Amino acid sequence: MSGTLVPEAPVRAAVPVERRPTDWRTASMQRRVRQRYAAERRFRLLGLAAVVASAAFLLFLLASMLARGAGGFVETRVALPLDLARAGLNVTPAQLRGPRADLALAGAGLEAAVDTAAEAAFARGGGAALLSDAAWLRVREAVKRDPSLLGRRVTIDVPVASRLDIAFKGGGTRADRAVARSLAPRLSRGLNRDFFRGADSTDPTRAGIWGALKGSLLTMVVTLLLAFPIGVLSALYLEEYAPRNRWTDLIEVSINNLAAVPSIIFGLLGLAVFLGTFHMPRSAALVGGLTLALMTTPVIVIAARNAIGAVPPSIRDAARALGASPVQVVFHHVLPLALPGILTGTIIGMARALGETAPLLMIGMRAFIAAPPERLTDPATVLPVQIFLWSDDVQAGFVEKTSAAIIVLLVFLLAMNGLAIYLRNRFETRW
Amino acid sequence: MSPLALAFVIAALALIGWITGRARAARFRRGTTRRFSSLPQHHGWFVAMGTLLPALLFLTVWHLTSPALVTEAVLATPGAANLPPPGLDRAAILAEARNLAAGHAFGAFHALSEQLAPVYAAAQARYDWIATAVALLLAFVGGALSFLRVRPGFSARTHVERVIMGALLGASLIAIVTTIGIIVSLLFESARFFRVVPLTDFLLGTHWSPQVIDPRDPGASLGAVPLFWGTFFIGAVIAMAVAIPFGLMSAIYLTQYARPATRRWVKPMLEILAGVPTVVYGYFAALTVAPAVRDLGVALGVSWASSESALAAGAVMGVMIIPFVSSMADDSLSAVPAAMRDGSLAMGATSSETIRQVLLPAALPGVVGGVLLAVSRAVGETMIVVMAASGVATLTLNPFASATTVTKQIVDLLTGEAAFDSAKTLAAFALGLTLFVITLLLNIVALIVVRRYREAYE
Repeated sequence: MSGTLVPEAPVRAAVPVERRPTDWRTASMQRRVRQRYAAERRFRLLGLAAVVASAAFLLFLLASMLARGAGGFVETRVALPLDLARAGLNVTPAQLRGPRADLALAGAGLEAAVDTAAEAAFARGGGAALLSDAAWLRVREAVKRDPSLLGRRVTIDVPVASRLDIAFKGGGTRADRAVARSLAPRLSRGLNRDFFRGADSTDPTRAGIWGALKGSLLTMVVTLLLAFPIGVLSALYLEEYAPRNRWTDLIEVSINNLAAVPSIIFGLLGLAVFLGTFHMPRSAALVGGLTLALMTTPVIVIAARNAIGAVPPSIRDAARALGASPVQVVFHHVLPLALPGILTGTIIGMARALGETAPLLMIGMRAFIAAPPERLTDPATVLPVQIFLWSDDVQAGFVEKTSAAIIVLLVFLLAMNGLAIYLRNRFETRW
Repeated sequence: MSPLALAFVIAALALIGWITGRARAARFRRGTTRRFSSLPQHHGWFVAMGTLLPALLFLTVWHLTSPALVTEAVLATPGAANLPPPGLDRAAILAEARNLAAGHAFGAFHALSEQLAPVYAAAQARYDWIATAVALLLAFVGGALSFLRVRPGFSARTHVERVIMGALLGASLIAIVTTIGIIVSLLFESARFFRVVPLTDFLLGTHWSPQVIDPRDPGASLGAVPLFWGTFFIGAVIAMAVAIPFGLMSAIYLTQYARPATRRWVKPMLEILAGVPTVVYGYFAALTVAPAVRDLGVALGVSWASSESALAAGAVMGVMIIPFVSSMADDSLSAVPAAMRDGSLAMGATSSETIRQVLLPAALPGVVGGVLLAVSRAVGETMIVVMAASGVATLTLNPFASATTVTKQIVDLLTGEAAFDSAKTLAAFALGLTLFVITLLLNIVALIVVRRYREAYE
């Protein structure tokens, strides 16, 4: 801007304005300052309130899950008197010591014997309906451990039906609570081991999370085996070798975009490609793992690129100066130094995949699966989907099971995130 | 031989190749002062790759083609003459026979498949033996040929590194393949949908009830406007009304006011809030928040307040997004040059005046970009709305009324018992395509806004 083209603004004649310093002691000025400070305090409090509200919400969420879910780990048992000698069982203690004990017990008629005993013992309370479907299994276990029980009168603690279980824990209808009170001397609590050993069931007292947990583990193994190498390799390529051209830009844009695509879209992709085109088995951990791997890879790529980019160029220069080839520079020097950062990003990505539900619903992992999966192609379900299925169930007994499963899931996620934070603090290098 | 055993044998061959190749290279390096381009282990890797790659390539191709070959072999047997003509029945019987032969199924629905199962098993076993023999032969021949190439003048490193570079490039191409896969599968299924339902009916129709589709005019009950409105209302209005004030104010407090010790505690807490799975939020919304919101609505005089209200789903979704908005706002506030803040404070402005009149206007583009990304997340969020929102599509402005979203409808349409290519399942893909396009646009606009803003201060 030269002065020759732009006409200069006419210079005002300097009018002598009398400027006195502001008198801060006047009442109006004092009021103004007070108002401004009050506004400052209000604003600050507003900020604090926002933080406190978020924290309070988190605490409320965790507390309500804990309060509701704690009961899911506890089962109510009732002392059931049994006279196994007179129950008409067609099994002898001798048979139980042999290798075919399971077969002998299966045909022994224990279930009917337990029902009869319950009818006799709780004639007024409701008979066999008071017991869980799993009650006779507990008797079977006891007999298998100690075959001499077959010749005696015994009292065995067996789990009660869901209705009575809820009532004993303080919920349910008034009638159920009355039954619970009348039976109270014979009721006891114990750790619900079936919850950690079993799979899904239609009876809340028998339902367990081991099946879903195993499905989650299998799925995560597939996801990790695919997403980690692919993610790290493509991050290395993009950060260290890729020429700057249109193709590289295309790869970068699609990775950044994939990281922001809603997870349900990956479910649609899995449904159309893995199930529709390749005819892979429905609800299998393999397909779930593949779908989640597609979703997790971009997250790992982005984290790995940040970690690789943080390694200073002097390391590369030094290695190259000593005669290392480009591949040796990266695999001998850059990658080991970037590995802690890459692992941190991977764990966070895997934690996200572990909590993911929607894409797995799309590929059919919402089926009722009563047995833990044995292979990658077996029908399976995963922990978050199991939570979703139980939350949908109308039986009141599943409320605490859902919350208990949520607690288990959160424990896993917190452990993974804690590990990531630990790795970050322990191995992170500031160059 | 089982696949696992075959893999072990091939891996063992590769290991032998690695050891022998390395030993051979080490032998000819001994005693000379000559300098070589490759280390002994490069020769080892070269032989191992020569063993592994041809066999793996063959097995991949074989895996894709052999099921068709086995079926051909079964169809050529006399027992297959009784099969019904090509069609659904025939495919069902063949699939059942295949499952029986593989041991996946125990009982048969069709009598014929039980007859065919042993034939299938025999053909499968024959082809498996061929595959095993060829793969082992390839591994051995490949390994031997590469072993013979290990000589003093041979640059094994160049070859090995070329394979590594190929693997790196291949890995990064998977991102493109995935993107193309998403676009093609969504477009392909949506095209089939739009052949049945006119595009205008879908995009402009205001009646959505996929439970009863009139086969003569399927477009009449597949108008997606109520879904778009519900998605916008829950994800972009209600959720943001919760997430923006809380997220922005927490970011301001944490960056401008909080002591470092407080920050050290609060930031991980916000990260935990972000790490809680959406299914947990959904359960919380359905079981705790939704009844409370309905009671609130009734108390406010909305007697028909829904227990699956838009407000419950939207509010919980907003809480879920708080950490995201907070961290985006944190980034853009800290990107504002310190000189601007210091200047304002030096002029006598209080902290809050500086924040409101200097920092926030300067950081606004970054904050807006972050909010757009947050909206894109909220729009694509599935589990909260699946568990807490209603399935009934209504056009409403009342937050206590029920509303449904695109993602909720996708799940509802695909988890029913409909056949894979009915208008219902195809509609899910059309909704998926719409969702993909909307979130893509939001992300692109947000990235452009954020990038422009960063450039302004660099």
